[in-house]
Amino acid sequence: MKVINALSKLCINLTWAARIGLFSLCIFALAAIFAPIVSPYDPHAIVGDVWEPLSASFWLGTDQLGRDLLSRLIHGARNTFFIAGAATLLSFFMGTFLGFLAAVSGGKADQLLSRLNDLMMAIPTLIFALVVLSVLPANMIVLILVMGVLDSTRVFRLSRAVAVDIVVMDFVESARLRGEKTLWIIFREILPNALSPLFAEFGLRFAFAVLFLSTLSFLGLGIQPPDADWGSMVKENKDGIVFGIPAALIPAAAIAILTISINLVVDSILSRTSSLKGGR
Amino acid sequence: MATQHQTLGQLVVRRLLLGVVLLLLISLIIFAGTELLPGDVAQSILGQSATPEAVRNLRLEMGLDRPAAERYLSWLSNILQGDLGTSLSSGRDIGDMIGDRLGNTLFLASSAAIIAVPLAVFLGLIAVLHRNGIVDKIISISTISMISLPEFFIGYLLILLVAVQLNWLPSSSIVYNSMSFAERLQAIALPCITLTLVCLAHMMRMTRAAILNVMSSAYIETAQLKGLSPFRVIFHHAFPNAISPIITVIVLNLAYLVVGVVVVEIIYVYPGMGQLLVDHVTNRDVPVVQAVGLIFAAIYILLNMFADIMAIVANPRLRHPK
Amino acid sequence: MSDSHFLQVSNLEVSASINMPGDKRKKIILVDNISFNLQRGEVIGLIGESGAGKSTIGLAALAFARSGCGITGGSIKINGLDILSLSDREKNKIRGTQVAYVAQSAAAAFNPAHRIGDQVIEVAIQHKLMSKKQALSYANDLYAKLGLPDPENFGRRYPHQVSGGQLQRAMTVMALCAKPDLIIFDEPTTALDVTTQIEVLATIKNAIKDTGVAALYITHDLAVVAQVSDFIMVLRQGKMIEFGTTDAIINHAQQKYTQELVSIRVAEKIEQAQPSVRPLLEINHIDAAYDGSNKVLEDVTLHLHAGQTLSIVGESGSGKSTLARVITGLLSPLQGNIVFQGVELSAELKNRDIEQLRELQMIYQMADVAMNPRHTIGQIIGRPIEFYHGIKGAQQRRETIELLDQIELGEKYIDRYPAELSGGQKQRVCIARALAAKPSLIICDEVTSALDPLVADGILQLLMSLQKEHNYAYLFITHDLATVKAISDSIAVMYQGSLVRFGQKSAVLSPPFDDYTQMLLSSVPEMELGWLERILASRKMQSADH
Repeated sequence: MKVINALSKLCINLTWAARIGLFSLCIFALAAIFAPIVSPYDPHAIVGDVWEPLSASFWLGTDQLGRDLLSRLIHGARNTFFIAGAATLLSFFMGTFLGFLAAVSGGKADQLLSRLNDLMMAIPTLIFALVVLSVLPANMIVLILVMGVLDSTRVFRLSRAVAVDIVVMDFVESARLRGEKTLWIIFREILPNALSPLFAEFGLRFAFAVLFLSTLSFLGLGIQPPDADWGSMVKENKDGIVFGIPAALIPAAAIAILTISINLVVDSILSRTSSLKGGR
Repeated sequence: MATQHQTLGQLVVRRLLLGVVLLLLISLIIFAGTELLPGDVAQSILGQSATPEAVRNLRLEMGLDRPAAERYLSWLSNILQGDLGTSLSSGRDIGDMIGDRLGNTLFLASSAAIIAVPLAVFLGLIAVLHRNGIVDKIISISTISMISLPEFFIGYLLILLVAVQLNWLPSSSIVYNSMSFAERLQAIALPCITLTLVCLAHMMRMTRAAILNVMSSAYIETAQLKGLSPFRVIFHHAFPNAISPIITVIVLNLAYLVVGVVVVEIIYVYPGMGQLLVDHVTNRDVPVVQAVGLIFAAIYILLNMFADIMAIVANPRLRHPK
Repeated sequence: MSDSHFLQVSNLEVSASINMPGDKRKKIILVDNISFNLQRGEVIGLIGESGAGKSTIGLAALAFARSGCGITGGSIKINGLDILSLSDREKNKIRGTQVAYVAQSAAAAFNPAHRIGDQVIEVAIQHKLMSKKQALSYANDLYAKLGLPDPENFGRRYPHQVSGGQLQRAMTVMALCAKPDLIIFDEPTTALDVTTQIEVLATIKNAIKDTGVAALYITHDLAVVAQVSDFIMVLRQGKMIEFGTTDAIINHAQQKYTQELVSIRVAEKIEQAQPSVRPLLEINHIDAAYDGSNKVLEDVTLHLHAGQTLSIVGESGSGKSTLARVITGLLSPLQGNIVFQGVELSAELKNRDIEQLRELQMIYQMADVAMNPRHTIGQIIGRPIEFYHGIKGAQQRRETIELLDQIELGEKYIDRYPAELSGGQKQRVCIARALAAKPSLIICDEVTSALDPLVADGILQLLMSLQKEHNYAYLFITHDLATVKAISDSIAVMYQGSLVRFGQKSAVLSPPFDDYTQMLLSSVPEMELGWLERILASRKMQSADH
């Protein structure tokens, strides 16, 4: 009940831009969940000519082999959502736990974790990922692990910063003086007060993971054929662009709409609090 | 406060030393990232179907039989002497392969930075001047959208419109040594615009936040209550204090530039470091990946260090100690 | 007659509009129907609790409202000109030149990037009132007049290079430099220690007298305002309660609220004798430092008996809060030990056992941040009951309600969150949380400093009645001497990390005094006309004697 109340309250408070964002997110999510039911064709079947334009039978046209773009888009959404979602969850579990631990422990433990994190962040994520992917096999598990671990550095930084602000509050000192254990302080005193910035950050990190996965796939280092996600669909169809065939722009636009939607919702939740945190 | 007692010079030297240490550590991480990961590098280069014989030969060729620490030290000392090693796939000297490409990438990235940084600061100031007004809202919504766009969407859209439909500029950015400067500029126009758009929005949003943060200080209210013009309040009272945070913001966003340049080079088939890196990741040519990755990381770290030093110098408390 | 008034405020209304869910906006009135007049050379004191609208009125005199607020009614005339009807550009011409503003925290109000002198003369230069040379020499005169050190070079310094008291005086110089007709002083001495406050207060008073400027003096401290103003306006929740001459308000207040403000803290605890048993808490030769080098505490030795109150009094930097951190185990001392109930306490918190932790509870200055905003009042008070006594469920709820009754709040608050409570109610909940542990010693760290005087008085009375009933010992840390007088059995005076004076209340507060205690005691403003002059004169005589 509480959750439903909170959600309905949230919807009332949203701006019109955020409502549009929320609506399109729901459409994307439903399409991914019910992919086999809603997609008009088999995503791997060649059903038409190469790069057919938009038509009544192929709503979004066909790709470089004559497969239905809409069906591939709907099935590709599953890969995009699953890998980006799993990587974000991984980065959150790792990042927030270590971030809170660093903030609560303070002293040397905090120094060690923070400096290590700074070191990881001193290399741009994509460069780091490319270096690592040059020796690791390209499969889903590796992708999720690499993206999750690299992204957890950003989550670590935010959650540590949030927690450090909370740790200096007298109510945490009061719990310490009472004799409470570290885990109790993390989960009962800090976590409830850190939820809203973390929730917003989750949205931003998920949007970033979608972009990152798409970029890797676009570079040929993410999802490998015959599987497809939106990024690899851009790669498959990019050769058409110079002939004026916009097929590659359709999955690219899908990525854009998804990430814009997430950002609109998150921005509305954060409303006017801007932060300097984040970054690649 | 321990830092308060240090002089400006000491702080700058400290930061320089830190930069050197960071570079060494990064070289270690990059080496470890490719050498110590689960699985054998030789095996993964040749694939699962390779004969044990071939794997063994490659291991010997790469010197994988020696301990990791020894290989790291010889790799590092070679790099410090200017020897980046040889490519596994082509057998060419990596230094030669990088040659012009490094210059090309730096040319593209710095052109984009020269346009994007002043533009971002200017737009950020405009947004602050009209904060909560319609101009601010428009800038805000459009930057949110820009942040969300993947580089290849902007890139291919520009190719489709500007190169294919309007035929104003070439769709791929081929550069060669005999090109004049003007020709070079024309060749990189589209990738440069794409790169600018990619990092502009981030920079502008953060600049706006940094200035707004300064604008909420008590001394800004004091300046307003002195009856000073809005122009003087912003440029004389807010801006000097916003310089350090703005520099920090710009550096944070140089990471977007570094990442963006890799993708943009692929889109426009531009002969730079990014393309080299991606090609050799696909080939699993580890020595090339290590060398190029290290160069990218080093450039990013040096930029960061430069900006931190600028921010230290811009701080009035440190410039005028007690 | 009205034409002779230099400042005329009539029916002023200031309101804020806040965003409500669903794009609706709600108007909240901050200042309601305020009217007053002021002649040249006169000072009106605006007094009231937080949220009374004092600062809002002060800013309105500059035709200024903070972001989100607006002046929504009435008029403000300066020399007959309604400044609210002016354009933004014309309003800017008045700000700084005719009406100047002195902010509460000079440290925050000076721009860290520019020299003090450049900021001081900025108004005169920017509004083209003086040449740069004229402005500089006038500023130097003012530095000298306001007693700033090395007046010729003072302006070349940056704000972070001078002390808080000097900066506050420099802020007054900045206001005076363009020779305005009216200055708004917004709590100019609140952020200062009492011994610094008295100097700044005296310079402000002299500056007003010498320049003949009119002033609005905003403060929450009636004793302070009584020293500087000709008239006093008492405000509460944006409305005027009473207006009169300073004498009328201090000595013959008409309204009940004003009378309460004037007469608070009549209650005084009768001092208990020191029993001959071993004290509950013994602090022996404590040295402490945060970074190992600069000692914040040096050789502090104190004791406190069960059921009694020990007040530790001192200004900022005296080490009184550090002493509390050492006692609670948050900071390990370099030397010395603490004996509690006859047993030496471990220096580190993590080595103390749960019974020791239970017996020693703490109440903080800022009740807002001392309670987790995501826990209900019931959870906040219930947790120590469960943690120390293992009591859960219905029994825990019953005991929580009992405690709520003791702090005079009652059962209906049990499921509320801290944000739904007022400042005084929050502090009461913090007291209940400490009581829930059933301790024998409670450390109270500035527990009333953040509260308005009447509310603070209620908290002190509650603490005293609880002590009588349950025999708690209190270690009271405060900078406020009035509080000390009201509640203590024994008093310790601290200065720069050392104990200056310690003993029974009556002994500490009676002569002969050491120099510091003398200065501290005499610096506390008293609610009496002419106190400032009297004290300054007697100090002058003393220094002449030496």
